[in-house]
Amino acid sequence: MSKFEFPPSILSRPIWGTLEPRPGKHHLMIADAEGAEAILDVATAEIMAQCHIIFIAKGTGFSEKLSQLNPAQFYEGPSYEAALPRIHRVLLDGHMGLQVYLAGTEGLMGQAMAEAMRAGIPHTAIQTEHRGSTARRMQCVHCKGITEDVETDPFVCKHCGLNLFVRDHYSRRIAAYQGVCVDAEDHGNIPPAKGIYQ
Amino acid sequence: MTIQFNDESFRDDYSFHNSERALKRFPFPFHEDSYMYSVNMEQHRGGPADSVYEMRFDVDEHYVSEMKDRAIVLDQDPLRCQSLPHMTLAGWDLLELIMVSKSEDYPDLFELHREGDQWRWINKPLGIDDSFTFLDETTLPYGPMEYITRQAQGDFAVLDQRDDMLWMDAGMVTTQADWSLDFDIGMNFFEWHAPVPKAHEMGIFVRALKFLLNIQQGAPARRLNWTMTVNPLLDTSPENYHKWGIQKTTLTPENIGRKQHLRVELQTFFRLPRSNALVFPIRCYLCAFEDLMTVPKWGRRLHRVIRDLPEELATYKGFIDNRPLMLDYLSQFDDGLPTSPGIWPDLQSEPPLQK
Repeated sequence: MSKFEFPPSILSRPIWGTLEPRPGKHHLMIADAEGAEAILDVATAEIMAQCHIIFIAKGTGFSEKLSQLNPAQFYEGPSYEAALPRIHRVLLDGHMGLQVYLAGTEGLMGQAMAEAMRAGIPHTAIQTEHRGSTARRMQCVHCKGITEDVETDPFVCKHCGLNLFVRDHYSRRIAAYQGVCVDAEDHGNIPPAKGIYQ
Repeated sequence: MTIQFNDESFRDDYSFHNSERALKRFPFPFHEDSYMYSVNMEQHRGGPADSVYEMRFDVDEHYVSEMKDRAIVLDQDPLRCQSLPHMTLAGWDLLELIMVSKSEDYPDLFELHREGDQWRWINKPLGIDDSFTFLDETTLPYGPMEYITRQAQGDFAVLDQRDDMLWMDAGMVTTQADWSLDFDIGMNFFEWHAPVPKAHEMGIFVRALKFLLNIQQGAPARRLNWTMTVNPLLDTSPENYHKWGIQKTTLTPENIGRKQHLRVELQTFFRLPRSNALVFPIRCYLCAFEDLMTVPKWGRRLHRVIRDLPEELATYKGFIDNRPLMLDYLSQFDDGLPTSPGIWPDLQSEPPLQK
Protein backbone atom coordinates (compact mmCIF):
# COMPACT_ATOMS: atom_id res chain seq x y z
CA MET A 1 0.00 0.00 0.00
CA SER A 2 1.46 3.34 -0.99
CA LYS A 3 -0.67 5.53 1.35
CA PHE A 4 1.15 7.18 4.23
CA GLU A 5 -0.45 8.63 7.32
CA PHE A 6 1.28 11.99 7.95
CA PRO A 7 1.59 12.89 11.63
CA PRO A 8 -0.37 15.95 12.81
CA SER A 9 1.60 19.15 12.30
CA ILE A 10 1.52 22.94 12.15
CA LEU A 11 -1.04 24.91 10.16
CA SER A 12 1.21 25.81 7.24
CA ARG A 13 1.84 22.17 6.45
CA PRO A 14 -0.37 21.04 3.57
CA ILE A 15 -3.00 18.40 4.18
CA TRP A 16 -3.46 16.10 1.20
CA GLY A 17 -6.83 14.59 0.42
CA THR A 18 -8.28 11.70 -1.52
CA LEU A 19 -9.22 12.18 -5.15
CA GLU A 20 -12.87 11.93 -6.00
CA PRO A 21 -14.64 12.21 -9.33
CA ARG A 22 -16.13 15.67 -9.77
CA PRO A 23 -18.33 16.94 -12.56
CA GLY A 24 -16.39 19.11 -14.99
CA LYS A 25 -16.02 20.06 -18.63
CA HIS A 26 -12.38 19.07 -18.67
CA HIS A 27 -10.15 17.13 -16.32
CA LEU A 28 -6.42 17.64 -15.90
CA MET A 29 -4.62 14.92 -13.93
CA ILE A 30 -0.96 15.33 -13.07
CA ALA A 31 0.78 12.51 -11.24
CA ASP A 32 4.15 10.95 -10.62
CA ALA A 33 5.15 7.36 -9.74
CA GLU A 34 2.63 5.73 -7.35
CA GLY A 35 0.34 8.71 -7.88
CA ALA A 36 -0.85 6.66 -10.85
CA GLU A 37 -2.69 4.40 -8.42
CA ALA A 38 -4.82 7.32 -7.22
CA ILE A 39 -5.77 8.10 -10.82
CA LEU A 40 -6.63 4.47 -11.45
CA ASP A 41 -8.87 4.58 -8.37
CA VAL A 42 -10.75 7.70 -9.40
CA ALA A 43 -11.00 7.16 -13.16
CA THR A 44 -14.41 6.73 -14.76
CA ALA A 45 -15.13 6.37 -18.46
CA GLU A 46 -17.00 9.67 -18.41
CA ILE A 47 -14.07 11.58 -16.87
CA MET A 48 -11.51 9.90 -19.11
CA ALA A 49 -13.39 11.03 -22.22
CA GLN A 50 -12.51 14.65 -21.24
CA CYS A 51 -9.24 13.98 -19.47
CA HIS A 52 -5.63 14.94 -20.03
CA ILE A 53 -3.22 12.81 -18.00
CA ILE A 54 0.32 14.05 -17.48
CA PHE A 55 2.43 11.38 -15.86
CA ILE A 56 6.03 11.18 -14.72
CA ALA A 57 6.80 7.51 -14.19
CA LYS A 58 10.03 7.84 -12.17
CA GLY A 59 10.90 4.24 -12.99
CA THR A 60 7.53 2.77 -12.08
CA GLY A 61 5.54 0.61 -14.51
CA PHE A 62 2.20 2.39 -14.38
CA SER A 63 2.23 4.01 -17.82
CA GLU A 64 0.56 1.18 -19.61
CA LYS A 65 -2.26 0.90 -17.10
CA LEU A 66 -2.89 4.63 -17.31
CA SER A 67 -2.97 4.66 -21.10
CA GLN A 68 -5.41 1.74 -20.96
CA LEU A 69 -7.85 4.10 -19.23
CA ASN A 70 -8.22 5.70 -22.66
CA PRO A 71 -7.92 9.32 -21.58
CA ALA A 72 -8.54 11.91 -24.27
CA GLN A 73 -4.85 12.82 -24.00
CA PHE A 74 -2.06 10.91 -22.35
CA TYR A 75 1.47 12.20 -21.95
CA GLU A 76 4.35 10.57 -20.19
CA GLY A 77 7.21 12.90 -19.40
CA PRO A 78 10.73 11.94 -18.32
CA SER A 79 10.72 14.49 -15.49
CA TYR A 80 8.54 17.20 -13.99
CA GLU A 81 10.79 19.88 -15.46
CA ALA A 82 10.36 18.37 -18.92
CA ALA A 83 6.59 18.29 -18.50
CA LEU A 84 6.37 21.87 -17.26
CA PRO A 85 6.03 23.69 -20.61
CA ARG A 86 3.16 21.37 -21.47
CA ILE A 87 1.51 22.00 -18.10
CA HIS A 88 1.79 25.75 -18.70
CA ARG A 89 0.20 25.38 -22.11
CA VAL A 90 -2.66 23.27 -20.81
CA LEU A 91 -3.38 25.67 -17.95
CA LEU A 92 -3.36 28.57 -20.39
CA ASP A 93 -6.30 26.91 -22.14
CA GLY A 94 -8.10 26.13 -18.91
CA HIS A 95 -11.67 27.41 -18.73
CA MET A 96 -14.29 27.48 -16.03
CA GLY A 97 -15.24 23.90 -15.35
CA LEU A 98 -11.70 22.52 -15.55
CA GLN A 99 -11.05 20.07 -12.72
CA VAL A 100 -7.47 19.65 -11.56
CA TYR A 101 -6.33 16.43 -9.86
CA LEU A 102 -2.78 16.02 -8.48
CA ALA A 103 -1.40 12.76 -7.15
CA GLY A 104 1.92 11.34 -6.06
CA THR A 105 4.80 12.94 -4.19
CA GLU A 106 4.54 16.19 -2.25
CA GLY A 107 7.10 17.80 -4.56
CA LEU A 108 5.06 17.01 -7.67
CA MET A 109 1.76 18.09 -6.15
CA GLY A 110 3.20 21.24 -4.64
CA GLN A 111 4.83 22.42 -7.87
CA ALA A 112 1.82 21.62 -10.04
CA MET A 113 -0.44 23.33 -7.52
CA ALA A 114 1.71 26.47 -7.62
CA GLU A 115 1.40 26.49 -11.43
CA ALA A 116 -2.36 26.07 -11.27
CA MET A 117 -2.58 28.89 -8.70
CA ARG A 118 -0.55 31.15 -10.96
CA ALA A 119 -3.10 30.35 -13.66
CA GLY A 120 -5.81 31.68 -11.35
CA ILE A 121 -7.20 28.48 -9.82
CA PRO A 122 -7.64 28.78 -6.02
CA HIS A 123 -5.69 26.13 -4.16
CA THR A 124 -8.83 25.04 -2.34
CA ALA A 125 -10.38 24.03 -5.68
CA ILE A 126 -7.53 21.65 -6.53
CA GLN A 127 -7.81 18.01 -5.50
CA THR A 128 -4.76 16.17 -4.22
CA GLU A 129 -3.80 12.73 -3.01
CA HIS A 130 -0.43 11.73 -1.67
CA ARG A 131 0.97 8.40 -2.83
CA GLY A 132 4.43 6.91 -2.79
CA SER A 133 7.59 8.53 -1.51
CA THR A 134 7.39 10.86 1.50
CA ALA A 135 10.56 12.66 0.41
CA ARG A 136 10.32 16.44 0.59
CA ARG A 137 11.17 19.31 -1.67
CA MET A 138 13.20 21.66 0.52
CA GLN A 139 14.22 25.28 0.13
CA CYS A 140 17.39 26.42 1.84
CA VAL A 141 16.41 29.63 3.64
CA HIS A 142 20.01 30.84 3.35
CA CYS A 143 20.92 30.42 -0.33
CA LYS A 144 17.29 29.91 -1.60
CA GLY A 145 18.33 26.82 -3.58
CA ILE A 146 15.88 23.92 -3.81
CA THR A 147 16.93 20.38 -2.97
CA GLU A 148 14.52 17.77 -4.30
CA ASP A 149 13.61 14.42 -2.77
CA VAL A 150 15.03 14.99 0.72
CA GLU A 151 14.51 11.91 2.89
CA THR A 152 16.62 12.66 5.94
CA ASP A 153 16.83 15.28 8.65
CA PRO A 154 19.28 16.96 8.67
CA PHE A 155 20.42 16.99 5.04
CA VAL A 156 23.03 18.82 2.99
CA CYS A 157 21.84 21.69 0.78
CA LYS A 158 22.93 20.68 -2.70
CA HIS A 159 23.58 24.31 -3.63
CA CYS A 160 25.49 25.90 -0.73
CA GLY A 161 26.50 22.78 1.20
CA LEU A 162 25.14 23.87 4.57
CA ASN A 163 23.68 21.20 6.84
CA LEU A 164 19.98 22.00 7.17
CA PHE A 165 17.26 20.74 9.47
CA VAL A 166 13.86 19.99 8.02
CA ARG A 167 11.00 22.21 9.16
CA ASP A 168 7.29 21.56 8.66
CA HIS A 169 6.82 25.22 7.66
CA TYR A 170 5.69 25.12 4.04
CA SER A 171 5.28 27.71 1.30
CA ARG A 172 2.68 26.97 -1.38
CA ARG A 173 4.20 29.68 -3.56
CA ILE A 174 7.65 28.07 -3.51
CA ALA A 175 6.17 24.57 -3.21
CA ALA A 176 8.76 23.64 -0.62
CA TYR A 177 9.41 23.14 3.06
CA GLN A 178 11.97 25.32 4.80
CA GLY A 179 15.47 24.10 5.59
CA VAL A 180 17.49 25.98 8.24
CA CYS A 181 21.15 25.66 9.22
CA VAL A 182 21.37 23.02 11.96
CA ASP A 183 24.76 23.97 13.40
CA ALA A 184 24.55 27.77 13.34
CA GLU A 185 25.05 27.98 17.11
CA ASP A 186 27.62 25.20 17.34
CA HIS A 187 29.59 24.96 14.12
CA GLY A 188 30.32 21.40 13.07
CA ASN A 189 27.93 19.79 15.53
CA ILE A 190 25.69 17.97 13.06
CA PRO A 191 23.28 15.45 14.56
CA PRO A 192 23.17 12.06 12.78
CA ALA A 193 20.71 12.06 9.90
CA LYS A 194 17.43 10.22 10.53
CA GLY A 195 14.45 9.55 8.30
CA ILE A 196 12.13 12.57 8.42
CA TYR A 197 9.31 10.55 9.98
CA GLN A 198 11.51 8.34 12.17
CA MET B 1 12.15 68.38 21.43
CA THR B 2 14.84 68.19 18.76
CA ILE B 3 16.21 64.75 18.04
CA GLN B 4 19.97 64.25 17.95
CA PHE B 5 20.50 61.37 15.54
CA ASN B 6 23.12 58.85 16.62
CA ASP B 7 25.92 57.78 14.31
CA GLU B 8 25.98 54.08 15.18
CA SER B 9 26.05 50.57 13.78
CA PHE B 10 23.90 47.46 14.22
CA ARG B 11 26.58 45.07 12.99
CA ASP B 12 30.36 44.50 13.13
CA ASP B 13 31.48 46.88 15.91
CA TYR B 14 27.93 47.32 17.27
CA SER B 15 28.28 50.93 18.29
CA PHE B 16 24.49 51.17 18.84
CA HIS B 17 23.60 52.83 22.12
CA ASN B 18 20.60 54.36 23.85
CA SER B 19 20.78 57.85 25.33
CA GLU B 20 19.24 58.61 28.71
CA ARG B 21 16.20 59.91 26.88
CA ALA B 22 15.89 56.78 24.71
CA LEU B 23 16.15 54.58 27.79
CA LYS B 24 13.37 56.42 29.61
CA ARG B 25 11.05 56.05 26.62
CA PHE B 26 11.97 52.42 25.95
CA PRO B 27 8.78 50.38 25.51
CA PHE B 28 9.29 47.88 28.31
CA PRO B 29 6.85 45.15 27.33
CA PHE B 30 5.81 43.63 30.67
CA HIS B 31 2.90 45.24 32.52
CA GLU B 32 3.16 42.71 35.37
CA ASP B 33 5.74 40.30 36.85
CA SER B 34 4.86 37.43 34.50
CA TYR B 35 4.23 36.89 30.82
CA MET B 36 1.90 34.79 28.72
CA TYR B 37 0.56 35.30 25.21
CA SER B 38 -2.47 37.48 24.87
CA VAL B 39 -4.23 39.59 22.23
CA ASN B 40 -3.02 42.68 24.06
CA MET B 41 -4.46 45.19 21.61
CA GLU B 42 -5.27 48.79 22.37
CA GLN B 43 -6.13 51.82 20.29
CA HIS B 44 -3.14 53.58 18.76
CA ARG B 45 -4.19 57.15 19.40
CA GLY B 46 -1.24 58.83 20.99
CA GLY B 47 0.14 58.38 24.48
CA PRO B 48 2.25 60.18 27.08
CA ALA B 49 4.42 63.03 25.75
CA ASP B 50 7.69 61.78 24.20
CA SER B 51 6.67 58.12 24.65
CA VAL B 52 6.93 55.76 21.68
CA TYR B 53 3.13 55.80 21.60
CA GLU B 54 2.82 59.55 21.09
CA MET B 55 3.12 59.71 17.29
CA ARG B 56 1.65 57.49 14.59
CA PHE B 57 5.16 56.55 13.38
CA ASP B 58 7.74 57.11 16.09
CA VAL B 59 11.01 58.69 14.93
CA ASP B 60 13.88 58.47 17.40
CA GLU B 61 17.63 58.98 17.71
CA HIS B 62 18.31 55.71 15.81
CA TYR B 63 16.43 56.78 12.67
CA VAL B 64 19.29 57.70 10.34
CA SER B 65 21.49 54.76 11.33
CA GLU B 66 18.63 52.28 11.07
CA MET B 67 17.90 53.46 7.55
CA LYS B 68 21.57 53.00 6.64
CA ASP B 69 21.44 49.48 8.04
CA ARG B 70 18.30 48.74 5.99
CA ALA B 71 20.05 49.92 2.82
CA ILE B 72 22.95 47.54 3.55
CA VAL B 73 20.57 44.61 4.04
CA LEU B 74 18.72 45.39 0.80
CA ASP B 75 21.97 45.69 -1.15
CA GLN B 76 22.94 42.24 0.06
CA ASP B 77 19.51 40.65 -0.36
CA PRO B 78 16.83 42.44 -2.40
CA LEU B 79 14.34 39.67 -1.55
CA ARG B 80 13.77 41.32 1.82
CA CYS B 81 11.43 43.72 0.09
CA GLN B 82 8.72 42.17 -2.06
CA SER B 83 5.26 43.06 -3.23
CA LEU B 84 2.92 40.77 -5.15
CA PRO B 85 1.53 42.45 -8.27
CA HIS B 86 -1.92 43.23 -6.82
CA MET B 87 -0.40 45.13 -3.87
CA THR B 88 0.88 48.24 -5.65
CA LEU B 89 -2.15 50.34 -4.71
CA ALA B 90 -1.66 49.37 -1.05
CA GLY B 91 1.93 50.57 -1.43
CA TRP B 92 0.66 54.02 -2.47
CA ASP B 93 -1.76 54.01 0.45
CA LEU B 94 1.13 53.30 2.77
CA LEU B 95 3.30 56.00 1.22
CA GLU B 96 0.52 58.51 1.75
CA LEU B 97 -0.11 57.41 5.33
CA ILE B 98 3.54 57.71 6.31
CA MET B 99 4.17 60.99 4.49
CA VAL B 100 1.07 62.65 5.90
CA SER B 101 1.68 61.34 9.43
CA LYS B 102 5.35 62.24 9.58
CA SER B 103 4.92 65.69 8.07
CA GLU B 104 2.14 66.47 10.56
CA ASP B 105 3.82 64.86 13.58
CA TYR B 106 7.39 66.07 12.89
CA PRO B 107 7.03 69.27 10.83
CA ASP B 108 10.62 70.28 11.58
CA LEU B 109 11.93 67.03 10.02
CA PHE B 110 9.51 66.19 7.20
CA GLU B 111 7.49 68.26 4.72
CA LEU B 112 4.82 67.16 2.27
CA HIS B 113 3.51 69.61 -0.33
CA ARG B 114 0.59 68.47 -2.45
CA GLU B 115 -1.03 70.07 -5.46
CA GLY B 116 -3.42 67.59 -6.96
CA ASP B 117 -1.34 64.55 -7.80
CA GLN B 118 1.92 66.55 -7.89
CA TRP B 119 3.66 65.84 -4.60
CA ARG B 120 6.91 67.07 -3.12
CA TRP B 121 8.40 65.19 -0.19
CA ILE B 122 11.22 66.55 1.92
CA ASN B 123 12.97 64.30 4.41
CA LYS B 124 15.56 66.46 6.15
CA PRO B 125 17.31 63.81 8.30
CA LEU B 126 18.02 61.68 5.22
CA GLY B 127 18.62 64.64 2.88
CA ILE B 128 15.81 63.73 0.45
CA ASP B 129 13.81 66.23 -1.62
CA ASP B 130 11.77 64.42 -4.28
CA SER B 131 8.92 65.55 -6.49
CA PHE B 132 6.70 62.89 -8.02
CA THR B 133 3.23 62.15 -9.34
CA PHE B 134 1.04 60.34 -6.87
CA LEU B 135 -0.05 56.91 -8.22
CA ASP B 136 2.54 57.04 -11.03
CA GLU B 137 5.29 54.53 -10.24
CA THR B 138 7.54 55.77 -13.02
CA THR B 139 8.12 59.01 -11.09
CA LEU B 140 9.73 57.31 -8.08
CA PRO B 141 13.11 55.56 -7.88
CA TYR B 142 11.49 52.46 -6.28
CA GLY B 143 8.00 51.06 -5.97
CA PRO B 144 5.91 53.16 -3.56
CA MET B 145 6.15 50.72 -0.63
CA GLU B 146 9.89 50.30 -0.99
CA TYR B 147 10.42 54.03 -1.49
CA ILE B 148 8.70 55.05 1.72
CA THR B 149 9.81 52.14 3.89
CA ARG B 150 13.44 52.88 3.08
CA GLN B 151 12.64 56.05 5.05
CA ALA B 152 10.66 54.59 7.94
CA GLN B 153 11.98 52.62 10.91
CA GLY B 154 10.66 49.14 11.53
CA ASP B 155 9.51 46.33 9.30
CA PHE B 156 6.30 46.61 7.31
CA ALA B 157 3.98 43.75 6.44
CA VAL B 158 1.24 44.80 4.07
CA LEU B 159 -1.72 42.46 4.32
CA ASP B 160 -4.40 41.98 1.70
CA GLN B 161 -7.88 41.27 3.03
CA ARG B 162 -10.13 38.84 1.16
CA ASP B 163 -12.30 35.82 2.02
CA ASP B 164 -12.45 36.98 5.67
CA MET B 165 -8.70 36.40 5.88
CA LEU B 166 -5.49 38.40 5.87
CA TRP B 167 -2.77 37.52 3.37
CA MET B 168 0.88 38.52 3.68
CA ASP B 169 1.19 39.81 0.13
CA ALA B 170 3.84 42.53 0.47
CA GLY B 171 6.47 43.64 2.91
CA MET B 172 9.74 45.32 3.80
CA VAL B 173 11.43 43.10 6.33
CA THR B 174 15.01 43.73 7.42
CA THR B 175 14.78 43.87 11.24
CA GLN B 176 12.79 40.73 11.88
CA ALA B 177 12.70 38.32 14.75
CA ASP B 178 13.77 35.33 12.69
CA TRP B 179 11.08 35.00 10.03
CA SER B 180 11.46 35.14 6.27
CA LEU B 181 9.27 37.38 4.12
CA ASP B 182 10.55 35.62 1.02
CA PHE B 183 9.27 32.31 2.37
CA ASP B 184 6.08 33.57 3.97
CA ILE B 185 4.87 35.95 1.27
CA GLY B 186 1.48 34.84 -0.04
CA MET B 187 0.59 32.95 3.14
CA ASN B 188 -2.55 33.56 5.14
CA PHE B 189 -2.62 34.73 8.77
CA PHE B 190 -2.69 31.24 10.26
CA GLU B 191 -0.05 29.87 7.93
CA TRP B 192 2.60 32.50 8.57
CA HIS B 193 2.03 32.15 12.32
CA ALA B 194 2.08 28.36 12.10
CA PRO B 195 5.49 27.91 13.77
CA VAL B 196 4.47 29.80 16.94
CA PRO B 197 3.96 27.25 19.74
CA LYS B 198 0.98 27.19 22.11
CA ALA B 199 -0.78 30.32 20.85
CA HIS B 200 -2.91 28.46 18.28
CA GLU B 201 -4.23 26.07 20.93
CA MET B 202 -4.99 29.07 23.16
CA GLY B 203 -7.17 30.57 20.44
CA ILE B 204 -4.94 33.65 20.26
CA PHE B 205 -4.75 33.82 16.48
CA VAL B 206 -8.45 33.27 15.90
CA ARG B 207 -9.27 36.18 18.20
CA ALA B 208 -6.49 38.36 16.82
CA LEU B 209 -7.65 37.78 13.25
CA LYS B 210 -11.21 38.70 14.14
CA PHE B 211 -9.97 41.92 15.71
CA LEU B 212 -7.70 42.81 12.80
CA LEU B 213 -10.29 42.14 10.09
CA ASN B 214 -12.46 44.79 11.73
CA ILE B 215 -9.91 47.57 12.04
CA GLN B 216 -11.36 50.69 10.51
CA GLN B 217 -9.80 53.65 8.74
CA GLY B 218 -8.62 56.27 11.21
CA ALA B 219 -8.77 53.85 14.14
CA PRO B 220 -5.38 52.12 14.27
CA ALA B 221 -4.45 49.63 16.99
CA ARG B 222 -1.19 48.59 18.66
CA ARG B 223 0.41 45.96 20.86
CA LEU B 224 3.88 45.07 22.12
CA ASN B 225 5.77 41.86 21.52
CA TRP B 226 9.29 40.93 22.58
CA THR B 227 12.22 38.57 22.25
CA MET B 228 15.93 38.49 23.11
CA THR B 229 18.94 39.32 20.94
CA VAL B 230 22.63 38.98 21.70
CA ASN B 231 24.36 42.15 20.43
CA PRO B 232 22.25 45.00 19.03
CA LEU B 233 21.74 43.18 15.75
CA LEU B 234 18.73 44.40 13.78
CA ASP B 235 19.00 41.85 10.98
CA THR B 236 18.23 38.65 12.89
CA SER B 237 16.90 37.04 9.75
CA PRO B 238 16.69 33.32 9.05
CA GLU B 239 18.50 34.11 5.80
CA ASN B 240 21.61 35.11 7.76
CA TYR B 241 21.11 32.84 10.78
CA HIS B 242 24.11 30.70 9.80
CA LYS B 243 26.21 33.86 10.24
CA TRP B 244 24.70 35.42 13.36
CA GLY B 245 23.55 32.33 15.29
CA ILE B 246 27.01 31.79 16.75
CA GLN B 247 26.86 35.16 18.48
CA LYS B 248 24.35 33.68 20.91
CA THR B 249 27.17 31.57 22.35
CA THR B 250 29.43 34.51 23.13
CA LEU B 251 27.73 35.55 26.38
CA THR B 252 29.76 35.43 29.61
CA PRO B 253 28.94 36.63 33.14
CA GLU B 254 31.25 39.58 32.43
CA ASN B 255 29.77 40.75 29.13
CA ILE B 256 26.09 39.80 29.45
CA GLY B 257 24.96 43.20 30.75
CA ARG B 258 26.44 44.87 27.70
CA LYS B 259 25.73 42.24 25.04
CA GLN B 260 22.32 40.85 25.92
CA HIS B 261 19.50 43.01 24.59
CA LEU B 262 15.80 42.95 25.20
CA ARG B 263 14.20 43.30 21.79
CA VAL B 264 10.75 44.85 21.77
CA GLU B 265 8.38 45.16 18.85
CA LEU B 266 5.84 47.93 18.78
CA GLN B 267 3.29 46.48 16.41
CA THR B 268 0.71 48.82 14.97
CA PHE B 269 -2.16 48.18 12.57
CA PHE B 270 -3.64 50.70 10.14
CA ARG B 271 -6.45 50.21 7.62
CA LEU B 272 -5.48 51.63 4.22
CA PRO B 273 -8.12 53.67 2.39
CA ARG B 274 -8.01 52.75 -1.31
CA SER B 275 -6.88 49.13 -1.21
CA ASN B 276 -8.62 48.16 2.04
CA ALA B 277 -5.34 46.43 2.90
CA LEU B 278 -4.01 46.42 6.44
CA VAL B 279 -0.51 47.65 7.13
CA PHE B 280 1.30 46.09 10.01
CA PRO B 281 4.41 48.07 10.97
CA ILE B 282 6.67 46.13 13.33
CA ARG B 283 9.00 48.58 14.97
CA CYS B 284 12.01 47.15 16.78
CA TYR B 285 13.50 48.73 19.92
CA LEU B 286 16.65 47.33 21.49
CA CYS B 287 17.97 47.89 25.00
CA ALA B 288 21.02 46.38 26.71
CA PHE B 289 20.38 44.58 30.00
CA GLU B 290 22.76 46.91 31.84
CA ASP B 291 20.75 49.94 30.72
CA LEU B 292 17.44 48.34 31.66
CA MET B 293 18.84 47.55 35.13
CA THR B 294 19.22 51.27 35.87
CA VAL B 295 15.43 51.34 36.21
CA PRO B 296 14.73 49.53 39.52
CA LYS B 297 11.22 48.45 38.60
CA TRP B 298 12.33 46.94 35.30
CA GLY B 299 15.23 45.12 37.00
CA ARG B 300 12.92 43.44 39.50
CA ARG B 301 10.33 42.59 36.89
CA LEU B 302 12.56 41.32 34.07
CA HIS B 303 14.16 38.81 36.46
CA ARG B 304 10.76 37.44 37.50
CA VAL B 305 9.41 37.23 33.95
CA ILE B 306 12.44 35.43 32.55
CA ARG B 307 12.62 33.09 35.56
CA ASP B 308 8.99 32.01 35.28
CA LEU B 309 8.62 31.91 31.50
CA PRO B 310 7.43 28.47 30.25
CA GLU B 311 10.23 26.48 28.67
CA GLU B 312 8.43 26.28 25.31
CA LEU B 313 8.38 30.05 25.02
CA ALA B 314 12.02 30.45 26.00
CA THR B 315 12.87 27.86 23.35
CA TYR B 316 10.74 29.51 20.68
CA LYS B 317 12.22 32.91 21.50
CA GLY B 318 15.64 31.34 21.13
CA PHE B 319 17.25 31.98 24.54
CA ILE B 320 16.67 28.72 26.41
CA ASP B 321 20.42 27.93 26.46
CA ASN B 322 21.29 31.39 27.80
CA ARG B 323 18.51 31.56 30.37
CA PRO B 324 20.63 30.34 33.33
CA LEU B 325 23.26 32.96 32.55
CA MET B 326 20.58 35.64 32.25
CA LEU B 327 19.03 34.67 35.57
CA ASP B 328 22.38 34.79 37.38
CA TYR B 329 22.80 38.31 36.11
CA LEU B 330 19.22 39.54 36.54
CA SER B 331 18.79 38.14 40.06
CA GLN B 332 21.27 40.75 41.31
CA PHE B 333 18.65 43.38 40.51
CA ASP B 334 15.68 41.70 42.18
CA ASP B 335 15.33 42.47 45.90
CA GLY B 336 11.91 40.87 46.15
CA LEU B 337 10.02 44.16 46.58
CA PRO B 338 6.62 44.47 44.88
CA THR B 339 6.40 46.36 41.57
CA SER B 340 3.85 48.91 40.42
CA PRO B 341 1.38 47.83 37.72
CA GLY B 342 1.92 48.91 34.10
CA ILE B 343 4.92 49.21 31.80
CA TRP B 344 6.16 52.70 32.72
CA PRO B 345 9.46 53.10 34.61
CA ASP B 346 7.91 55.01 37.55
CA LEU B 347 11.33 56.34 38.52
CA GLN B 348 9.88 58.87 40.97
CA SER B 349 7.70 56.46 42.91
CA GLU B 350 9.47 53.08 42.83
CA PRO B 351 12.14 52.53 45.51
CA PRO B 352 15.79 52.06 44.56
CA LEU B 353 17.30 48.58 44.69
CA GLN B 354 17.51 47.44 48.32
CA LYS B 355 20.65 45.33 48.04
